[in-house]
Amino acid sequence: MVKYLPYIVIVCSLQFNNGCSSQKIEPKIQKKHLLYNEMGGQEGIENLVDAFIKRIPTDKEILPYFAKSSVKHFKEGFINHLCFITKGPCQYNGDSMVDIHTGMNITERDFNRVVEILIEAMEDIGISYQSQNRLLSQLAPLRGQVIKL
Amino acid sequence: MNRLFSLFLLSLFFLPLVSFAKGKILATPGVSQVEGSGGGGLVPWAQLAGYATEDELAFSAFCTQANVKNFQLNTCGAQMNFHDRLEVSFAEQNFDVEPLSLTLSQHIIGLKLRLYGDLIYSTWPQISLGIQYKTLKTPAVAFSLGAQDDSGTDIYLATSKLHLGLLAGYNVMWNATIRYTEANEMGLLGFGATNTDSTLQTEMSVAVLLNKHVAIGTEYRHKPNNLNLSEDDWKDIFIAWFPNKHLNFTLAYLDLGAIAAIPNQTGWYLSLSGSY
Repeated sequence: MVKYLPYIVIVCSLQFNNGCSSQKIEPKIQKKHLLYNEMGGQEGIENLVDAFIKRIPTDKEILPYFAKSSVKHFKEGFINHLCFITKGPCQYNGDSMVDIHTGMNITERDFNRVVEILIEAMEDIGISYQSQNRLLSQLAPLRGQVIKL
Repeated sequence: MNRLFSLFLLSLFFLPLVSFAKGKILATPGVSQVEGSGGGGLVPWAQLAGYATEDELAFSAFCTQANVKNFQLNTCGAQMNFHDRLEVSFAEQNFDVEPLSLTLSQHIIGLKLRLYGDLIYSTWPQISLGIQYKTLKTPAVAFSLGAQDDSGTDIYLATSKLHLGLLAGYNVMWNATIRYTEANEMGLLGFGATNTDSTLQTEMSVAVLLNKHVAIGTEYRHKPNNLNLSEDDWKDIFIAWFPNKHLNFTLAYLDLGAIAAIPNQTGWYLSLSGSY
């Protein structure tokens, strides 16, 4: 037993350290990833993007904007972007907002229509009104990089 | 007045068949103000009435009834919104003065030009410049109380901003307006008086959206006191319901203070508007 004692001490102290560090770091992580967690983390964001994509074909005015895009490419990029914009554990490595939307000539009205579709998609998967608004507040400043290009 | 109201109600049933402006997010244009401009109930806001964006036209119409202790105001009017740049409005006000068993009538033509920004998306608040040209059709009472004119022009600068998720995740909208006016009780008691100058008045509104259909809020409108009849500032708390982009119902509790030196004018305000 005695010869195991140092190991036990080491293991315990590691545990203790872990305990300490998780106490220190976890709230920080949670705060940092607050909006990401509100959206249901990676799974929630994937569900949101699925719900969004499902709604696109039902809107005749918005569908043409997506006519030339690959669903898979859009889906991956949107998930990655939402993860990044909600301060989740991702780096956005897709094309810039300006590059994606240049040539589309998106009007103010159609931009708002897409905002509404996103809100409907968030409602579909049960994201609270407050979390919806927090996500929109992160996306709204990007409008200038999206419309009339 | 009644005919105008029935015509308005009738039009609500038929106009959805026509194509309509829908580019704005639900509830963001606000409601119709008692002088006919887009705004809150008492204060004209920087937003233009209706759901038109840059390449759309919107048409809106409204009727509002305000009942306080000794007075009743009936207003009906309409607004055109041209490309979210220019708002043209018209309102007819009929003001029942119960102690005198008479009705005062006023017409108001309004213009509002959006100078800068977007309520939601611009970094700085939306700013609009507006005028309200008012003609009092029944000036006898106003003149007997010492008013100088039976018509006048208000000029205002309005600033508004919606902050997404600001208050525990709820959207908060505020509007601040500065108005240059010589109107007595909005013009219903005429304009100016001997030895008074036009004044600058400030007006303020704050609203919180409880969900995408319902907003609650409060307004405060400073007013001049040209006639020395202890004209008071106006206040309200309101709840506005937007079931869709065609319809709005607004209910408010009003505190108008003293009107024509008769104190404690509190009561209710109900407004219905349609937008296409």
